[in-house]
Amino acid sequence: MNEDAPEYAVNPCKVCAPLGASLAFKGVAGAVPLLHGSQGCATYIRRYLISHFRDPVDIASSSFDEMAAVFGGRDSLTRALDNVTTSYAPALIGVATTCLSESIGDDVADILRHYQPAEGRDCARVHVSTPSYAGTHLDGYYATVLALVQALAEGGPALDLVDLFPGIVCPEDLRWLKRTARQFGLEPCLLPDYSDTLDGGQWTEYCRLPPGGTTLAQIKQAGRARASVELGWSQGARETAGRYLNRDFGIPCHGLGLPVGIEATDAFLAALCRISGRPVPGELEAERARLLDAYADAHKVLAGQRAVVFGDEDTAIALALFLAEIGVTPALVASGGTGALAAVGAAFPALQGLDATFLPDTDFGRLGEAARLARPTLLVGHSKGSKLARELDLPLVRVGFPVHDRFGAARLTTLGYAGSHRLFDDMVNGILADRQAKSSIGYFYF
Amino acid sequence: MLDQGISDLLEDRQGSVLETKADGATAAIRCGTRSAAGSVSQRACVFCGSRVVLYPIADALHLVHGPAGCAAYTWDIRGALSSGPALHRHSFTTDLRETDVVYGGAAKLEKALRALIAQHDPKTAFVYSTCIVGLIGDDVDAVCRRVEADCGIPVIPVDSEGFKGTKKDGYKAACAAIARLVGTSVDPAVPPAPPRSVAGINILGEFNLAGEAWMIRDTYARMGVPVVATLTGDARVDTVRRAHTACFNVVQCSGSMLGLAALLEEKYGQPYRRVSYFGLEDMAQALYDVADLFADSDPGMAARAEALVAEEMARVLPLLAPFRKDLEGARAAIYVGGAFKAHSLIKALRHLGMQTVVVGSQTGNKEDYERLQQLCDPATIILDDSNPVELSRFVLEKKADLLIGGVKERPIAYKLGLAFCDHNHERKIPLAGFEGMVNFAREVHGSVTSPVWKWSARRRA
Repeated sequence: MNEDAPEYAVNPCKVCAPLGASLAFKGVAGAVPLLHGSQGCATYIRRYLISHFRDPVDIASSSFDEMAAVFGGRDSLTRALDNVTTSYAPALIGVATTCLSESIGDDVADILRHYQPAEGRDCARVHVSTPSYAGTHLDGYYATVLALVQALAEGGPALDLVDLFPGIVCPEDLRWLKRTARQFGLEPCLLPDYSDTLDGGQWTEYCRLPPGGTTLAQIKQAGRARASVELGWSQGARETAGRYLNRDFGIPCHGLGLPVGIEATDAFLAALCRISGRPVPGELEAERARLLDAYADAHKVLAGQRAVVFGDEDTAIALALFLAEIGVTPALVASGGTGALAAVGAAFPALQGLDATFLPDTDFGRLGEAARLARPTLLVGHSKGSKLARELDLPLVRVGFPVHDRFGAARLTTLGYAGSHRLFDDMVNGILADRQAKSSIGYFYF
Repeated sequence: MLDQGISDLLEDRQGSVLETKADGATAAIRCGTRSAAGSVSQRACVFCGSRVVLYPIADALHLVHGPAGCAAYTWDIRGALSSGPALHRHSFTTDLRETDVVYGGAAKLEKALRALIAQHDPKTAFVYSTCIVGLIGDDVDAVCRRVEADCGIPVIPVDSEGFKGTKKDGYKAACAAIARLVGTSVDPAVPPAPPRSVAGINILGEFNLAGEAWMIRDTYARMGVPVVATLTGDARVDTVRRAHTACFNVVQCSGSMLGLAALLEEKYGQPYRRVSYFGLEDMAQALYDVADLFADSDPGMAARAEALVAEEMARVLPLLAPFRKDLEGARAAIYVGGAFKAHSLIKALRHLGMQTVVVGSQTGNKEDYERLQQLCDPATIILDDSNPVELSRFVLEKKADLLIGGVKERPIAYKLGLAFCDHNHERKIPLAGFEGMVNFAREVHGSVTSPVWKWSARRRA
């Protein structure tokens, strides 16, 4: 809760918690998200996610009407559970609340506990509280990862597993996380994993439950991992899946930022070295060397550049650190999130001494005003910044969520040396393309 | 009697899907009801209905009273173009937080309204209530009255709490909001009631997506029909306030604006006529119908309409021929918001040699579905308020080559290796009128004949 919350927002820089919950549930194998509220919540969120992922995103709704709002949503939710079970035969129904069901005080946990599925049609049901007026989509996402682990993880003898809990990253980055853990001889329990469910191939028939996702068996084993790694600074001191597993199952938790750039990726790989007892594989060393070579090749293009960065707090902080590492001033670092960003300037030595402003809990109205004062030369963030980029006549390097005015959002990588290298090239080339377009000469070589 | 002929549907969906009969007999379809819980309906909510109808009024402040999500999901969501101001393309919200939900959001709303009106100088303000506002009981009407009195512009509450009905109820709330503006012109040159003082029409239910309203106004201008107001494509508050002076209302998009036409007929005696601007036949019929309205005052108009149609047909038909050659025999599925548009699309597809095998809508009524059954060939699937599971099943069962729909239908088509045509409110290419038919043909052709489908998993299976 923020007592200093602004009176209104102009062009929001966030969406609501049930979206994050839906996204996290979509990363579980055989799961169907079910939003307990008005039909519009599910439909708007589907539309928003589809615009980014360009794959089907089926999200059910308990489709409240006035009777449900007055007398409670138990019957609506029960009917929705019945119909989802019949239509989808899911392994899990992930029930997230909305502002409506939260405010009328429906006891969703109790409804789920007493729910009687049809014979032979039982499935796991997990509930997360995501009132839309509290936090952002990122907070809803983390709350859901925590709820899944709390509901499903079990203890037992240790396995050669590592639990990976990333912030909201693109499907290609999720694949990289799994691949990298395996390079260290660790089987990843990546939660959530929507790399296939939201970025899959063509189908021969409609897949009601798209292939892929973290299986319930994997989540169950999360309580037996050697360690967990949480990637993203946004949650501050809040309860997270990693902290829960640490407290209840004694699993060491490595809390890191998203591994964007050399320093952050080094830290992530160092954690995997410690957990596995193995050195960094040669392949990754080679990727690191190539990224450093790219830094050297293009550093003069970046010298003197000033960036406006925006996105969810995990992404905004990780990008700011990356920009500082490559010699671009993160002149304005903004997010619609209300959590960690305010304290970040002081928390990271790499960001001190720079002419950087941090703008938490913002909208694009205030972000635009601040951006004009920041004298930027480029923008780095999601598609919602494209209007601002037009107004300022500056290049926008698209990254994060959502990206709906370009194709390939699923492959806009930022993680690891290779993922950072892609972002680095995109940034350098974005600056050059802008320079070329505005040049009366039209340079041939750069 | 409801049709029970299709097996394997959810019990709650029985009666909302039927297959047309060989003997042409029609059956009643269940429609206009709340979406079945858990059915994964493609519909949004009451708020959505209001938001899309009022959205194109470009010099109004559209303030969404609720959590930021509702406003964020509808930020610049429609391709409704404006020839001038673009205030409608911003997303304003009171961004309600937990404290507001506990202590009430009315004070925050009032501050936001006053600040935003001072900053943007809009000609009117619409305040959309979302679910939570209906629950916490903010007295939105009182706030609007106070701010209206102080700021000197109409400040209009829109009762669009998401759970209070379906998208259609949102249309109603939007129509009620517009009706409050009509007839309130402050221009001394604009007469109050009695109306019908101007020999022109209002265009209702046309939202200027990709500039379609401009094309239609041009066509009317060529016929000699002045347009007083377009509701709401490229609309200004001042023209909305003058709308009572037109002779007739010409209504497209059955669901959204028929309510307003009825309200205006009752209050100002403006007769209305339903038309559609999609496809050659319906576009031509729209012009003939409007000419017919003016048969007494401008008897020459019918001849001008005929000449215009003949000229356009002569221009457009040769352009369509090459597309038709490639599309002949292809099969289409249609799932759109309003059923009235589906009628036109079936006819437009026939012009391209295509047969419609599945057709449905989010908001059709009994009459719409009756007419759909009459229009369609036997064994066509008709559905109301459908979902991905049903749509994907029937497009495959009926061997459709093309799906026409919106953003949520698009990945269903592409995943299954089907061509797709975007006919929703986000489209960037005008599909209305004579020129729009050529664009439509090009869109359909470009997708249906693409070589990529030869690689699709389903077609190779």
